[in-house]
Order: sequence, then structure tokens, then C-alpha cells
Amino acid sequence: MSGASVRPAIEVRGVVKRFGDVTALKGTSLAIRDNEFFTLLGPSGCGKTTLLRLIAGFEDVTEGEILLFGEEIADLPPNRRPVNTVFQHYALFPHMTVLENVTFGMLRLKVPKAEALKRARATLALVKLDALAERRPSQLSGGQQQRVALARAMAPRPKVLLLDEPLSALDLKLRQAMRVELKQLQRETGITFVFVTHDQEEALTMSDRIAVMSAGEIRQVGSAQEIYERPDNRFVADFIGETNLLDVTVERVEDGLALCRLPGGTTIRAEAAGAFSVGAAGHVSIRPERITLSRPGIGAFAPAGEPTGTVEHTVYLGTDTQHLVRLDDGSLITARTQNAHHAFVDLKPGDPAVLTIDDGAARLLAD
Amino acid sequence: MAGGLASGRSVAGTYGPVRPWLLLPSWLVIGVFMLAPILIMLVYSFLTKEFRGGVIWEFSLAAYDRFLFDRGLFGDDPPSIEWTYITIFARSIIQASCATFFCLVIGFPTAYVIATRPERTRSLWLFLITVPYWVNLLIRTVSMKFLIRDNGPLNEALIGLGLMSTPLSLVNTDLAVQLGLFYSYLPFMVLPIYAAVERYNFGLSEAAADLYASKWETLRLVLLPAVRPGLVAGCILVFVPSLGAFLAPDLLGGAKTFMIGSLIEEQFKGSAGNWPFGAAASMILLTMVLLVLLLYARSQAQASQR
Repeated sequence: MSGASVRPAIEVRGVVKRFGDVTALKGTSLAIRDNEFFTLLGPSGCGKTTLLRLIAGFEDVTEGEILLFGEEIADLPPNRRPVNTVFQHYALFPHMTVLENVTFGMLRLKVPKAEALKRARATLALVKLDALAERRPSQLSGGQQQRVALARAMAPRPKVLLLDEPLSALDLKLRQAMRVELKQLQRETGITFVFVTHDQEEALTMSDRIAVMSAGEIRQVGSAQEIYERPDNRFVADFIGETNLLDVTVERVEDGLALCRLPGGTTIRAEAAGAFSVGAAGHVSIRPERITLSRPGIGAFAPAGEPTGTVEHTVYLGTDTQHLVRLDDGSLITARTQNAHHAFVDLKPGDPAVLTIDDGAARLLAD
Repeated sequence: MAGGLASGRSVAGTYGPVRPWLLLPSWLVIGVFMLAPILIMLVYSFLTKEFRGGVIWEFSLAAYDRFLFDRGLFGDDPPSIEWTYITIFARSIIQASCATFFCLVIGFPTAYVIATRPERTRSLWLFLITVPYWVNLLIRTVSMKFLIRDNGPLNEALIGLGLMSTPLSLVNTDLAVQLGLFYSYLPFMVLPIYAAVERYNFGLSEAAADLYASKWETLRLVLLPAVRPGLVAGCILVFVPSLGAFLAPDLLGGAKTFMIGSLIEEQFKGSAGNWPFGAAASMILLTMVLLVLLLYARSQAQASQR
């Protein structure tokens, strides 16, 4: 990869974290590049927040190393690590004004007071809060408090900014606006962001790269497009977006392509993610929007061997329509068709249909 | 009162009609057991003393005069400042301040430790803190005297360990009184601070550490300001009763450790008493306490205005 020669901002090497009998992280390794918007995405309890807290220093690693620009930091207390955190519930100091909150970090770093005030005001201007500098946190709305937390964490110019589900307490409209703003802030400041979320839409819209986690393990690291279109395993395919997951047996493997048989007998060609041997069980993932439905016979072009079935149910969703198709062998598949004029197919429940799967859209995955 | 009614009206819509008479029992208790006694004391402090205790209904400033001025044995010398009672007051204030200080220094870490224990064990710790209160204060104070007397367990232990050759004479000193006050009122410091620390969001300490604050800076700049109401409540709860305490100075102290509480107590005890003088001393004590609370309230108001 192009970034391989650059020294990573954060390198996590074989980190294990146990809380008593519970293993929160099972030997995680990860490299986060400088200037990157990196997201840790996963369901609750997957260990993403634990990983963030280990980087911040709020928890001690059980095993492994954490390096910040090549320097081991796992043994440093949080106040000696040049990283700052935006907390999920902001954790603003209630007895201080907004300005005092924002200067707090700089003053602890012995930045001269005048300089700290100047930088604090500049940072507040960056998050458009300069007018409220003298207010107390309790006098601010949730969105404003969120910005104060952001300004407070950015003002000391950390090498890495850690964000622990910072948008989860905001309402939807505000959350969407903040996504754009956060991404912009990250680009403008060039600070490496490590963003923790369970919201895949958030992750997909903001991140340069995403690490998908489950049960204390990283399941895949890649760009939004990579993890959506080329999931490495069943968990990632299922967790990110909507997909058809079909249990299959591998019939033939050749050059990374596999012929897979559904339980009912239909065969599908799929790209194999990893090595599969003939006869092995696996899952095929196909995104609903990568399946095109057509009427049999129309166009007379439908090549032999494409799965056919009967439309069982249709749901009109505005921008697109979802069809639930029962294949001839009994499996159920969801297909999604855009309601654009050129793609429109008028299929009703009971109509027979031919399914055309886009090239490369079907992926054979292990668990 | 007007404010109370106004805010009462505002919730009336949600909670049904306001029933001001629900407050009647409280007003009765406050009126009968607090306001009336204070008024009686106020009146008595301006009366003339009767020799076998009691009062003669005749207006007099003699009680206050006696507190402040010395007019000689027969009352006809030119007045000079009477230092006896002022000294007793000063000593009381110093003793109460010291007790408050020591309770704070010991009580804060205690409360902090309890509040940071796992939830299941917290109530056990709190229970242990209140256990001494199952025993009467008088008995606890006498036991204290037993512990620290010249041939008591404390001195015997010190001598037995070879740390001392002669016993420390603690009884009848200011130190003994201080020990008694500190011991009597420590839970009053621990409990409100515990309540404040328990509600404290430890995320704030994490945030402070994240923003490069040392442990000490986190304590000073974040934790202490956040639990300030608990600290203040604890200080008031220790200072006020310490100031008027009479058991500890009576039992653990001697003539030289006299405090206001004992002075007042003595005026109402037996036939040697002087009711108007005791009442006057009470009024002066009450005024001082109110003054302290007033100053505190004003500083709070200024702080919140800022």
C-alpha cells in the first residue's frame, strides 16, 4: 500500500485487554496513518471503546504495545500522552466557562496564559462558538456542548484526536450536519482522528479507513468502499449495509472464482474471499442493489443458468423498490431496483423473474 | 413566602391544586420548637437576674454589659473591657475551626474512598461510619477520657512500646477537647461529602487527565470544585455544633479549656446560674453563627453571578 512507508501515527501491536474473566480485546493489531480519519466500527461490546481508552491511557493494556509515532506509550499515564479525547457525554467541567474549559489543557501544558487564551478563542471560532465563550456548559444546548468538547480537545494541538461516539447524543439533523463538519475540521487541521462509532452510516460518510470490529477482534480494515463492496467475511458483509447471505457449498474453485451451490440446487458464481476447498461450506453475499430483475423471455437475452424465481412481495421505498423473490429452489433473495425511468421494471407479487447478478457482486465468504 | 406561593401556582396545572396547609405541621414545629424558644431567650437576655436562678421581669442590659465590660467587684469602677468571656468565645471559635479543619482533612479522603468502592460494599462502609452513633455521645466522650487518661490504654501502649517514659497528660488540655470534638462530629463531615462524591461524574477526572492535568491538579481544579457543596455542608455541620459543644469541653477539658457551650450550660444549671447572662451569651453565639452563614450565602451568590 502507498502509506506503508510512512510511519504510522498509532500502531497497536498484539494488544490484549482483559477485565477479570472477560477478554475485551483478543490480540489486536492495527496501524493508523498520520492525517487519517480512522473509524473503529462495531456493535456495542465489540471492544472499540476499550481500544480507544487504551490509546488514551484510561485503561492499562494486559498484553501488547501501543506506539505513537514510533514511541511506546502503553506505560504512560493519560496526562503524559499527546492525545486528546472527545467524550461521548462531553465531560465538560461544569464550574468553568466555555473559555476556561478550552484553555484547561493548554494551561496544564504550561502554555502562557495570553497565548492559551488566543488559541482557545481561535479554536472556538473554528467550531463557531466564539460568541459563547463566557457561558457555562449548563447554559448551552447539546450540540453546542459537543462543539465545546471538540474545541477543548483540539486546542492543545494533540497529535491524535480520539472521539468516542461523540455524535450519539445529538438528534438526527444535528448529527448529520456535524458529520460534514467533523470531516472538514479533520481536513483543515490535519490532525489524525480516531473515531469510535456503532453507526455504520457515520463511519461510511466520514472515514478514510474503517476497522470493523466484533467480539474483541478486528474483522476487516479498509476504505468505506472496500468494506462495503468487498467484505472479507460474513460478519462484515452482514454488519455493513443490507445484504443477501446465502449458505452454500463450494462446487469448484478457479482463479479466485467459485461456483457455489445453494441448498435447493441453484448455482451462483462468486468471487472467493480467501481460500476455499471444494466441498467446503461458505456464505455468498450479494447486495440487493446489485441484482437486476427482469421478466423471463423479454429481451430473450437472459443467458441460461441465471437463477429464476417468483416475486413474493414488493415494497415501494420512494427512491427504490424492494422485491422479495422466492427462487425456484426455495431460497429467498431481496433485490432492490432504483425507481429511475430507465431501470424500472413493473413486477408484481406472483410474477416470474430472472435474477441477473452484477459481475463481482457475489462474494463467497467464510464466517 | 410570596416566591413559594408563586412557584406553587406554576406547578398547580401539572400536579393539581396546591395545598398550602400541607406545610402547616412544619410551620408548627419550627414555630413552637425553634422560633418561640429563640424569642424567649431574646426576651430573657434583657431581663434582670433572680438570685436562685430565674428572672425578674424588669428590663436590663446588665447581661450584655457583664459579657463585655468589667466594672469591678461592686460594679462602680470605671468600665474596662472584660476579656474573660471574649477569650472563651475566641477559644471556642478556634477549637471549632480546628475541629472542622481536621474533620475535613480526614473526612474527605474517607468519603472519597467510600464513594469509589463497588456499589455493593458502599452501604457497609457507610454503616460502619455511623456505628458510633448508636452509642450516646456522653458515653462516647467519657470513653474517650478513659482512653487518653494518664494510665489509660493509649499511654500504656506508648510506654509499653518504649516510645515514652512518662505518660502524656492529655486530659484537661485543649488537645483533649479538640480530640473529642473531632471524634464527635467526623461523620457529619463524611456523609455530605460522600453524597457529593458519589454523584460526581468521574468522567470529569478522566477528561482532566486527558487534558494533561496531574493527579493533584485534577483534585484541585476539577474534583474539589465539583463537590464543593458537599464540602461546605460538611464544614457547617461540624463547625456549628462544635462551636456550641459542652460535653467535650466539660468532660475532657478543664477550667482553662472552657467553651461557650459550657459557659451557657453553667448559667442555667443549679442555683449559681444567671439566666439573663446565659440567654445573652446564647444570643451572641447565635448572631455569630448566622453571620458566618450569611457571609457564606453572599459568597455563593457572588460566585453564581459571575
